[in-house]
Amino acid sequence: MQPLSRHQIAWRAAQDLLEGTYVNLGLGMPLLVANYKPADRELMFHSENGIVGVGPLATENEIDTDFVDAGSQMITLRPGAALFDSSQAFAMIRGGHLDVTLLGGFEVSASGDLANWDAKMTHKGQLVGGAMDLVTGAKSVRITMQHTTKDGAARLVETCSYPLTGVGVVDRVYTDLAVVDVTGDGFVVREILDGLPRDELQARSGATLAFAEDCGVLTAPDVGAG
Amino acid sequence: MIDKRVETIEAALDGIGDGSSILVSGFGGTGIAFALIRALENMTARDLTLILNGIRFVDGVAPRIFGDRRVSKVICSAARSRGRDTSIYERQWLDGELDIEMVPQGTFAERIRAGGAGVQAFYTPTAAGTQLGEGKEVREFNGKTCVLETAITADFALIRAARADRWGNVRFRGAQGNFGLAMAMAARTTVIETGAATDDPIEPDGIHIPGIYVQRVIELEDASPSNAGGL
Repeated sequence: MQPLSRHQIAWRAAQDLLEGTYVNLGLGMPLLVANYKPADRELMFHSENGIVGVGPLATENEIDTDFVDAGSQMITLRPGAALFDSSQAFAMIRGGHLDVTLLGGFEVSASGDLANWDAKMTHKGQLVGGAMDLVTGAKSVRITMQHTTKDGAARLVETCSYPLTGVGVVDRVYTDLAVVDVTGDGFVVREILDGLPRDELQARSGATLAFAEDCGVLTAPDVGAG
Repeated sequence: MIDKRVETIEAALDGIGDGSSILVSGFGGTGIAFALIRALENMTARDLTLILNGIRFVDGVAPRIFGDRRVSKVICSAARSRGRDTSIYERQWLDGELDIEMVPQGTFAERIRAGGAGVQAFYTPTAAGTQLGEGKEVREFNGKTCVLETAITADFALIRAARADRWGNVRFRGAQGNFGLAMAMAARTTVIETGAATDDPIEPDGIHIPGIYVQRVIELEDASPSNAGGL
């Protein structure tokens, strides 16, 4: 099987979101996860500018510029939504009330360190947003990212080379090649891409991978534009 | 009779001068006092400290505030401009002319809220072990490594709201509220820009900022650019 597309990674991450949970989706690939929520589950999406219950993007005749999400997109609210101020939004995050945060990543280390906020651009200002709060506050921290960089460098590493967002915070990583948990003993592969040899996955990783006894096959339906 | 409404922008911004610190609310194009920010651009006050979540929305509507080097310090969680080019404020930062204190957004909101609530400092695990926690006092609570963060207060706060009454009570709509309540609490002079400054009181159980935190209300049309969410 081909490596998963961005949409397929998002689809796979969505399958693990349980009924009734409160979830924050980061910018980029994590935002796609909302498109693939299993239809029979009721989830509440949290946005750090003060919303629980973010619904679909507003269509042209629904646009209201006072209703925006953390990515500045015009959105609708779903039934049961609540609006509040930023202090409350972050009390929910920092106080441990949020079940899951899904974020993008540059690198994840075998001890669960995450680097995802500072790409060390030499000509641009920095941007941290709410990432550091999310990774220390949410009950479960899950990362969606490509398994390697465009140049083939590993993103699952022993030690992050980019500035850290949090120390020992990541629980699970979804990539185009695998689903990997971060445990007290390092990386444990839960699912590996259909047809990909284990030593090949290891070769594309920068830290030792263990394989779960019940390690499954990573597949996804043909969703999204890729 | 209490009536916090002022008639002119000059009266709304009276007292802003060299060295003033100003909290500017807003996120994603909403809750931003665009008319007051544009008026600030036309003042001469220098050596300003701006405390706002993201720099680019102010730079987008009032570029001379940074262009004329009138800001010496910014406290924010987002200091990146759109696109690949280096903006004027990014250039000033890279050249060491503009001090930017980068703060995780939840710590940013809580430092301001704490300032308004009289809490001088607090410990939080956010940023512990990262570059943004460097140099801060560290202490362990319940097995969690935490950094000490200090409260933020300021001279002024500029906030856009859907409605305010003559007592200074404020009501937001949608996601307009964002940093508004915390900033109103933390400022010595809070200025509310609104399209509806009413004689009639807002229903007491429908108030988002109690008027005790608000000093001035000015009725002004929304001056937001059509693409404000993208600023």
